[in-house]
Amino acid sequence: MAEINREDVAHLARLAHIDMSSEELDRMAGELAVIVDSIKSVSEVAGDDVPATSHPIPLSNVYRDDVVGETLSNEEALAGAPDNADGRFKVPAILDGE
Amino acid sequence: MSEIIRLSAAALAQKLQSREVSAVDATQAHLDRIAAVDGSINAFLHVNTEEALLVAAEVDKARADGDTLHPLAGVPIAVKDLIVTKGQPTTAGSKILEGWHSPYDATVIRRLREARMPILGKTNLDEFAMGSSTEHSAYGPTRNPWDLDRIPGGSGGGSAAAVAAFEAPLALGTDTGGSIRQPGAVTGTVGVKPTYGGVSRYGAIAMASSLDQIGPVSRTVLDAALLHEVIGGHDPHDSTSLTDPVGALVEAARRGEVKGLRVGVIKELSGEGYQTGVLNRFAESLELLRGAGAEIVEVSCPNFKYALGAYYLIMPSEASSNLAKYDGVRFGLRVVPEGAPTIERVMGATRAAGFGDEVKRRIILGTYALSAGYYDAYYGSAQKVRTLIQRDFNAAFTQADVLISPTAPTTAFRLGEKLDDPLAMYLNDVATIPANMAGIPGLSLPNGLADEDNLPVGIQLLAPARQDARLYRVGAVLESLLEDKWGGPLLAQAPEIAGVK
Repeated sequence: MAEINREDVAHLARLAHIDMSSEELDRMAGELAVIVDSIKSVSEVAGDDVPATSHPIPLSNVYRDDVVGETLSNEEALAGAPDNADGRFKVPAILDGE
Repeated sequence: MSEIIRLSAAALAQKLQSREVSAVDATQAHLDRIAAVDGSINAFLHVNTEEALLVAAEVDKARADGDTLHPLAGVPIAVKDLIVTKGQPTTAGSKILEGWHSPYDATVIRRLREARMPILGKTNLDEFAMGSSTEHSAYGPTRNPWDLDRIPGGSGGGSAAAVAAFEAPLALGTDTGGSIRQPGAVTGTVGVKPTYGGVSRYGAIAMASSLDQIGPVSRTVLDAALLHEVIGGHDPHDSTSLTDPVGALVEAARRGEVKGLRVGVIKELSGEGYQTGVLNRFAESLELLRGAGAEIVEVSCPNFKYALGAYYLIMPSEASSNLAKYDGVRFGLRVVPEGAPTIERVMGATRAAGFGDEVKRRIILGTYALSAGYYDAYYGSAQKVRTLIQRDFNAAFTQADVLISPTAPTTAFRLGEKLDDPLAMYLNDVATIPANMAGIPGLSLPNGLADEDNLPVGIQLLAPARQDARLYRVGAVLESLLEDKWGGPLLAQAPEIAGVK
């Protein structure tokens, strides 16, 4: 089982969109290495014959009738947004400008 | 101290029904108590004075008019701040949601409103329910009413401490790996994690969707059953909600019976790592049950030793996905770095500033476990361990009607003691996690004080899925045997809270 190092943590933090300082990366890498080490035995317990459980109580697909239920108004949906304009969420540029 | 706040929810409900006490007086008594002690306890992140008194006044008027009311109408309640409420802020204990108001009510909140139970306010928790001590709250730790230098458990330390400190007779909690039961154990209160799907999670801010469950927090087993019946039952808004009726839980608590019942002691949840005082109280409780006619048997669940490891793969994996929505776009905090940043840089800065250390740790761990190349070895393997744990429970339940163990390995530890050692913190949940992994119900009730430190100890009952009533039937008997021995409830032995007259 692979270990986790500072470089991995930096990569994972980028994937998870969390900026981390150099000091934070050092600390996080140390803590996560201990945690990963203690849980890695999990991968050696169950053989191929054991099925995975993703949901504790078996349920088949749950559908409802295709009718409009309770919905939020435009104002309610935008009420908690950091910024909005013309009834929509307003965000900074998606792509880097020239 | 006002006598009203010492009453159980069941006793208070009776006095309200007979109009011996008004709902306004009952609500005001709890608001006064919050004002007097919460500066020391910090159980509440928000106090909902105006609305609570308004609802109470409406109950009093309806009662005076002779309207038919829910039996708990006018009994006030506190709500863990992971559950969304209209008209009050919901923070999840995080800076990223500071000041946010939900545009809708959780289903459990809607049911409290239908029963006309005044909501006293929102209680403190570890950020996004990640922790076992409430120290990971962005709004400061909650303190244990038994000793203000100690933790109240977590993540629902606020709800447990509020009930233990008589700031509320009832509270709602959420339990992903023990967040209702472990705080119950260390504060001398009762907490129940219902069967997965037994209580709607619509409006509970998700941490790990295959594990999370809302449940009651109270001072007595009967009170937990009363609240469970209010909040339980099918909800079309939650696709994991079971369609079974909630069941006669109150009746089970009232009719408590253990004669001929097989109680299975889980061998693996005892011994090494468990404090002596915890084990002593556990042994005494078994003797009480035996004396009342229960048959005590030993069961073995050999795969439980992998439960904690598997949990710390499944829970962070699901949390890393659930917490992706906090991106500074639709709600909550937005941090804009200098220059003309793109949305990607805004997300990175927002999440860095808005999330605390433990949340970041779990997001990174979950992202790791779900990464290409690791998914099968980590998340996939953990899901297989989950199957093995379910098989252990299935086998155990052929030998016993209910299973029993200590709720937590130790009593409340000191604030700060485990903050720098995440792994030591995680070990607090070793006895509570298996129930979440299998989706079965669990109840913790106080079973004494540890000899070493005079702090509360909890005992956990587990039943097969959908058999929540068994927990109440057995829990009520054990509670009554223990209270006979103590000459009253355990909380009567709690010290007066410092800084209070």
